[in-house]
This record gives sequence, C-alpha cells and structure tokens, in this order.
Amino acid sequence: MNQHAPVRKSRLDRSFDRIRALEEAGALSSRVHNRSLRKFLSNPLASAGVIMFLIILLTAIFAPLIVPYDPLKIDLRALLQPPSAEHWLGTDKVGRDVFARILYGGRISIFIGLGSAVAAGVLGVAIGCISAYKRGWLDAVVLRVSEVFIAFPQIILVLLLVSILGQSLINLLLIFIATGWAPMYRMVRARVLSLREEEYVQALEAFGISTPVIAYKHILPNALGPVTVQITLSTAAFILAEAGLSFLGLGVPLQIPTWGNILNAANDMRILEQNWWIWLPVGLVISAFVLAVNFIGDGLRDSSDPTQQG
Amino acid sequence: MNDQLPENILELRGLKTHYPIRGGVFRRTVDSIKAVDGVDLSVRRGEVLGLVGESGCGKSTLGKSILRLALSTAGEIVFSSENGEVDLRQLTRAELFPYRRRLQIIFQDPHSSLNPAFTIFTAFDDVLKRYGYGDKEARRAVLGDLFEAVNMPRHYIDRYPHEFSGGQRQRIGIARALAVDPELIVCDEPVSALDASIQAQVLKLLQNLRQERNLTYIFITHDLSVTEYFCDRIAVMYLGKIVEIAKSEEIFGTTLHPYTQALISAIPVADLDRKSKRIVLEGDVPSPVSPPSGCAFHPRCRFATDICRQQTPKLQPSKDYPKDHLVACHRVEELGVLGHA
Repeated sequence: MNQHAPVRKSRLDRSFDRIRALEEAGALSSRVHNRSLRKFLSNPLASAGVIMFLIILLTAIFAPLIVPYDPLKIDLRALLQPPSAEHWLGTDKVGRDVFARILYGGRISIFIGLGSAVAAGVLGVAIGCISAYKRGWLDAVVLRVSEVFIAFPQIILVLLLVSILGQSLINLLLIFIATGWAPMYRMVRARVLSLREEEYVQALEAFGISTPVIAYKHILPNALGPVTVQITLSTAAFILAEAGLSFLGLGVPLQIPTWGNILNAANDMRILEQNWWIWLPVGLVISAFVLAVNFIGDGLRDSSDPTQQG
Repeated sequence: MNDQLPENILELRGLKTHYPIRGGVFRRTVDSIKAVDGVDLSVRRGEVLGLVGESGCGKSTLGKSILRLALSTAGEIVFSSENGEVDLRQLTRAELFPYRRRLQIIFQDPHSSLNPAFTIFTAFDDVLKRYGYGDKEARRAVLGDLFEAVNMPRHYIDRYPHEFSGGQRQRIGIARALAVDPELIVCDEPVSALDASIQAQVLKLLQNLRQERNLTYIFITHDLSVTEYFCDRIAVMYLGKIVEIAKSEEIFGTTLHPYTQALISAIPVADLDRKSKRIVLEGDVPSPVSPPSGCAFHPRCRFATDICRQQTPKLQPSKDYPKDHLVACHRVEELGVLGHA
C-alpha cells in the first residue's frame, strides 16, 4: 500500500473509524454489566413482555387509585351500560363497573396463575433435581407418585377437595400446585438424568463436594431453561383453568372478581351477542397477560443459556 | 523425601466393578456387566503407567473405580502415603475426603468436563472453598496461578467454557486437577478428543507438570502410539482384565500376549519400505455380561487350545523374560515373541 498518496476512504472505512473512535472513548461498552440481564434486555420481545406484564400487574395492584368504583358494588340504575366517560368499559348485568372488576380481578387471577405455577415449579424442581441426581429408591418412589398425580383427573381432585374443604381461593391454589408439580418434576428429572453423567459433575464428585451443592448449584442451572418456559406456560394454563373451574362453580367463589368470573358472564348468549364490553376487554387482558408471560419465558430461556450468542 | 515412602503409591488387589442389570417388575438384579473383573495392579510412585485396550474393555471404569466415581464391587484399592496403607474402598465419605486431594482425574471430553453455566472461577470456587483456600482474592489468585501453570493467561478465569477451544479446555481440566496438589492423577484419555498438534502440546504440558510436581500418572488411552512416547510402563487390558504389563520398551520390543501383538501390529507405520505384518483380530469384543470361559481372549486368539478355553490364565512373570514383565497367557512359554515381526 502506498503510504504517501492520500488514502481515499470509502464510506465503510469512515463508518468503521467512527465506531472505533466511539469504542476508544468507552461509549460503546454497555452500562449494564450483568451478562444475562444485558442479553435479556436486548431482546425486544422480552422487554415488551416485561413492560406489558408490569403494566397489568401495577394497574391491578394500584386499582383503588385508578378507578373510583367498588368492583362488588351493585348499581341497579346502571345495568348493562355500554362504555362511557363515566364507566370506561361499561357495566355488567347488575350494574358493576367492568373496568374496576378487570383491575381488581387481575389481583386474584395473577396471584392464582403465577403463584401456583411458581410454587409448583419450585416444588417440582426441588424434588426432581435431588432425586434424579441421587437415583435409588427415593427416585423410584417419587416417580411413581408423580405418575399417580398425572394420571388422576384434575376435575375429580377439584370436586373432592371442594366437597371436603369447601370452595376457596387457597384450595384452588393447592389443587393447582398438586396437579402442576408433576410435569415440572418429570422435566427436571429428565434433564438432570442426562446432566449427571457430564464430566464436570464427576469432577466435582472427585473433589468430594457435597451432594446438595452439586445437585442444586452446579447441575440445576443447566436444567432450568425448559422449566422457566414450563412455568410461564403453566401460568397461562392456570389462569385459564381458574376461569373454567369458576364457570362450573368450583373455582374461586363467584362474588370474588377474577378474570375467569368476569368472563363467565359471556355464557349468556344475549350478552355474547349484544354486550361485547363485558367479555371482550377481559378476554384481551387475559391474552395480553399470557402473551407477556410467554415472551418473558422465552427471553429468560435465551438469556440463561451462555452458549447462545447475543 | 520420596525414599521414606513405599515404592508403590497405589495397589489394586482383585478389583472388580460390576454394573448390575436390573429387570422385571421389581427391578431385581438379573445379571451384571463385568466392566472390571479382577484387576491386580501396582502403580509406582512417580511413574507414568499406561493403561491401554479397546473401547469397552473397562479401562475408564477402572480409572473411575480408583477415585470411587464408579462403585467397585469387590477387591481392594490400597493407597500408600506417609500415613501408611489404607484401602479406599473401606472408607466412609468423610474419611475419604482427605484422600480426595491426593488423587485426581483428568477427563476425556473437553466439552462436557466444564460446566457451561458458569465462568471457570465461579464453577470452581466451591472446590477452592471446600479446601480452605482463603478469601475471594486468595482463591482467585490460586486459580490464576494454576492457569499460568498450564500456560493460560490469568484473566481467562472469568471466561465461560464456550469461549475456549478444545485444547484450552483440556488444559483447564488439567489445572483443575492440579488445584488440590494431588500425588496421583488418573488421566482418562486426556488427548483422545484433540487433534494431533494439540495432543503433542498437552502431552508436553503433562510431562513438564509431572517433573515439576512429582506426579504419578495413570494414563488411560486406546492410542498405543501415544503411550510409547509417554509412559514408563504399560498395562494392556482386555475385557476387564489385565493381560500383559511391562516396561514400555519391553512391551514394544518383546510383545508376549497375542492380544498385545495384535494391538501393536495395528499401529500405523509411516514407512513405505517397512511392511508391517498386520494381525487382524476376528470378530468383536465379547460381551462383558457373559465373558468367555477360561482365557477371555480365546475366541479371537490364533493360538487358542483346549486349556485356554477351560482355565483362566494368571498374570505372572514368564521364564525367559524380565521379572517385571507379567503376562496372562497359557502358551507364552512355547510361543514366545512369535508373531511379532
């Protein structure tokens, strides 16, 4: 290359020079230092999911500050009113404000969906990880127990518990946990069974590291990817299951507003045809929430996998 | 220092590792895979003992049995130190722990030997804590020193495994084994997954480390050409048993066992003029679930006779050869080095 002739810079050269100048000035290094967090935030879908999730969650939590209406208060002078400035999303058959019911209902629905999915996940992961790593009789017993839980129809279990304990929020939560832990357990177990043969596990054993540390600290992070996805999917499934059970009168007591209880108003053909504001907004909110949770799950899976670039 | 210690650092006596095969509704043990089936072997302090054999002959299981990573079912694993002899098989988990720092292992597969979820330091920190290497700065320094010992920059300890090449990962595996300052390292095919130029580099490193740190290696491999260059003594394994053991040059010079002869004849020779006479073994390695009666090698042996089919040969010295050249063959005296061109 001729050193003396003025080098004609192409546009590509100039843009590279600019990038290099920025790099040397330290302007390009990210302010977020945690690698997983950085990867998560750079995923647009995951970020959108977090924003959507937070909006729904926060409006549910701060519902009293947003709507002046009591979600339980019956107003017989305002039955089945369409959306207006007074009632943003109209009123239902007994004159309750739909918007207020959606916000307050979100509290219960999110608590049931997310709470039981996370609790079932924690339970399934805790049992699955250690039993798959240790094998032996414990693993055999737990595996059979999980098969019983999976084979047992959920609806029968619900009927049983409701007739014994009565209809309540906590019972529903317990039922979801009881039916939800087994698939998570099996998923973790399958992953750990293959991971326990990895040589890094044997290396830790050769150093005499204790069993719980190996199982929970070293193996588990590699098995969590599919579980986070499963938890998000279960959250969605539990919210829908709550709606279904409430419809049958077996879920959350009808007077408590939940997304499922609100949606159930649509079992009336007239309402379905003429009063869209009762079922459409809440349906959209359920979809948006489930979608947001799924986006977060996907983002978590990708960012927790260090072999994926990005 | 070494003079006061017993000559043999490790002695295996009749070691057996049988894996149960379970069947039926109640998962009863119906049979077993005899991966290691009665091995007597002594390892001398400071030597490199090569352990060679085909895939599936039990050499890796033997290595893992020594570290109790595979549970042996019979026999003794006697480890000698300044505290005298101790049978590692008899120890409880807690009693075994002090010996964990004397025996270590380097693994074959550089891709599964490092935890992909953590940086090298994070993954290894539990071990350093367990062995009391002080506060975080001290522990980082220890790992950094180890990285330098295997010719890697110290700051690499904060990288993830996927950021390294195969050879680098293998060197990290070596650094990990060195962390507790062991006396004996089982090298389970440490270079088999690497390409030739990296193999030489890693072997050179292992050799240097052995001299610097007075290490003893049990070097497991299926590649005989590596052992000739690297090992002091070589033990040949077939179907869970040692069939021949001798000094390196003895094994290659006066090969006695027909199986070893076949193995050595299979080493490729880069010399067009020298036509090596290749002994091709018929058939596959028999199943370790039901090994053949008598000498396990007899179905594939050119020289097999009735006695080979009926009696199991002992691993012993033979008349015309050095005392430390042990071979398990009924017909060794009449055959001698027959077949080795």
